[in-house]
Amino acid sequence: MAGTTYTEVVEVIDAGRGGGGTPSDGGGGGGQGSGPSASGAVPQRTYVTGMLVGLGGVLMFFMALVSAYIVRKGMPNATWVPLDIPRMLWLNTLILVASSFTLVRSRSLFHADNEEGFRYWWGWTTVLGVFFLVGQVIAWRQLVAAGIYLQSNPSSSFFYVFTAAHGLHLVGGVLALLSVAFRPTHRLTRGTATEVVSIYWHFMDGLWVFLFLLLLLGR
Amino acid sequence: MSSHAQSAHAAPTGFISKYIFSTDHKVIGIQYFLLALTAVVVGIVLSLLMRFHLVWPNAHLPFVSGGMMTQEQYLALVTMHGTIMVFFVLTTAPQGGFGNYFLPIQIGAPDMAFPRLNMLSFWVTFLAFVAIIAAFVVPGGAPISGWTGYTPLSGIGEVTGPGEGWGQTLWIISISLFCLASLLGALNFIATLIDMRAPGMTLMRMPLTCWGWFVTAILGLLAFGVLLAGGILLLLDRSAGTSFFLPYGLVINDQLQNHSGGSPLLWQHLFWFFGHPEVYIAILPGMGVASHILSTFARKPVYGYRAMAMAICAIGFLGFMVWGHHMFVSGMSPYSGFAFSVLTMSIGVPSAIKTFNWLGTLWGAKIQFKTPMLFALGFVSLFVSGGLSGLFLAQPAVDNLLHATYYVVAHFHLVMGVAAIFGIFAATYFWYPKMFGRMMSEPLGKIHFWLTFVGTYCIFMPMHFVGIAGGIRRYADASAVAYLQKLQPLHEFMTIAAFITAAAQLIFIFNFFWSLKFGAKASKNPWDATSLEWITDSPPPLDNFGGNFPSVYRGPYEFSVPGAKEDFIPQNLPPAQVARTR
Repeated sequence: MAGTTYTEVVEVIDAGRGGGGTPSDGGGGGGQGSGPSASGAVPQRTYVTGMLVGLGGVLMFFMALVSAYIVRKGMPNATWVPLDIPRMLWLNTLILVASSFTLVRSRSLFHADNEEGFRYWWGWTTVLGVFFLVGQVIAWRQLVAAGIYLQSNPSSSFFYVFTAAHGLHLVGGVLALLSVAFRPTHRLTRGTATEVVSIYWHFMDGLWVFLFLLLLLGR
Repeated sequence: MSSHAQSAHAAPTGFISKYIFSTDHKVIGIQYFLLALTAVVVGIVLSLLMRFHLVWPNAHLPFVSGGMMTQEQYLALVTMHGTIMVFFVLTTAPQGGFGNYFLPIQIGAPDMAFPRLNMLSFWVTFLAFVAIIAAFVVPGGAPISGWTGYTPLSGIGEVTGPGEGWGQTLWIISISLFCLASLLGALNFIATLIDMRAPGMTLMRMPLTCWGWFVTAILGLLAFGVLLAGGILLLLDRSAGTSFFLPYGLVINDQLQNHSGGSPLLWQHLFWFFGHPEVYIAILPGMGVASHILSTFARKPVYGYRAMAMAICAIGFLGFMVWGHHMFVSGMSPYSGFAFSVLTMSIGVPSAIKTFNWLGTLWGAKIQFKTPMLFALGFVSLFVSGGLSGLFLAQPAVDNLLHATYYVVAHFHLVMGVAAIFGIFAATYFWYPKMFGRMMSEPLGKIHFWLTFVGTYCIFMPMHFVGIAGGIRRYADASAVAYLQKLQPLHEFMTIAAFITAAAQLIFIFNFFWSLKFGAKASKNPWDATSLEWITDSPPPLDNFGGNFPSVYRGPYEFSVPGAKEDFIPQNLPPAQVARTR
């Protein structure tokens, strides 16, 4: 009968758990369940999946703000005054991009079992992250000193919203870096922890470059 | 068994860690369910007050200050009813409640991927509920700008009306918290479903319930962040003097508002970009549950399983492209309106696939009319009845006439509100034995079904005619308008039907709590069903399977397989062990 889904083929399934099944119904579209290991523990790749999925939500949050920016700027009678973004932001951007490189260096040393080198570059990544955040606060203070506040103009409102939202996410990133450096991991291995944190960090770096270009070129 | 001893988390011992701050997805599921049950009681009481006021606007009400309900208080009821029902009932129960409880079990996992995140999701949702309820008691009372919180009304403060001060602020805080919680929940659902499936559980062997929860989670992940962004901007407009949504030269109560050139329509876009996927967040789990239950009680495989799964994905995908149909009357370009209209009507295609496949599943079946089955059939009925009026409203020319009328109210209550509620009821009657180890009363369940089914049609069918006749929604007192007075008898009928239907829900609540103690003991598999939750104890042990995690050998709906002795084959039964006739 059309449309039914009986399994007609006798299947042999590897009895071992965690190694993945060998489904033969041609189910397609998405791989095989391989599930938790016999102890019921969560597979390590789940943390990576979770981070990638979570970043999808974060991306939608920022894209909503970006589309609001574009719409608000295009309003007739918008009284939009283009904002000269503080020069400080160039330096901050450079620092954040550099932190991605130190992070890559750190991770490769981690994989080479060079614990000391890993910690050194991991530490530099954290320091650069903190520098970036301090730099952003300095940029805010420069704007405030120039009399440009959150409510001064839609352009400045968006500037503060973007930088604050991104900055908060980056504070989370710095805390995660510190946590991996100083605290033993429980459910996830150190390798997974560094991978998950570095995915997040690179994403926040890329997101900042995008926002910076938007504020710079789309003002 | 040794592997049991090392399971993902040790059994908690204290009452608080076991039932309050639990990381067990089953406890969290029940917590979500009870939260939704509390919310739905509040929501129903609010709707009864509205129905009462529409018919007897001058009645003396002892609990209202001043004795008579003001128009603003009526609008507060509209706002709070919509907000509580959409967020804390229709989003919370099907996904947070049943999804949390049964998704891990149905895919053969011991728990969600991130149990502590799961706990956090629930408690943030709970905080959001506390915030929205607090809006009733703050100075000025509850907000009056509708569940859509349209700007500029929602963006300014007390000057626009009582409830627009503290009440509206609490509303925004509540919704923002709810967004955060839902994002965390969605992340957890998706990661769990991708990485925690048992060996052999391919995507195409998942029960359709899992497909419903999976696509719902994706919708939540992509939609709630957008509303969160909107909520933050709105809060800044209210409290920090920005002008994202507030236009220049706005005069309210003879006061010129000091704002510069924001766009109220921008809020509508952000809201409905979330808001339309939200209606699928409410209904997709119900679709999954209905498919699952129809198949089980028809003792037949779901007709066109693959098409059903793909239709869920298609509805989810299209759901992101039709938000503009909520804004046909906003003055949008006719070209945009046309595009949104065509896209909206194209959702009829996957919806029709689902409907005809449900009918195909029932065709020629020896149907067992148990209570869960009745509610699943009721779901299909309501979804079709409510969905058809959607095709009318999808056309801008028709919508322009009907948008502000009760026709729209009738449409979305049938297709999104009541249909989703029927999905929740079906799920409750179906899974109650698994969740609590006891059966609910069948006779009481059937009485509850028939009263509710007939009752909801009595409420919402006449409402279509009120709408076509020009009955304007959100009017607190239609009796003051001459041409609307003729519609009052219909309103009286709907109000009486609403009170009877609401009273019928007491039967459900009695059945629910009475059966906890006095219901017949449930076996492992009281419905002779095939999916993995039925191979474990009722209720399931802490790690769901007592250490014996299943492997999966077949699809989820192998009912009445030719040549097999039993009329159902559990998903974990190896082919060699299937008892055959002969």
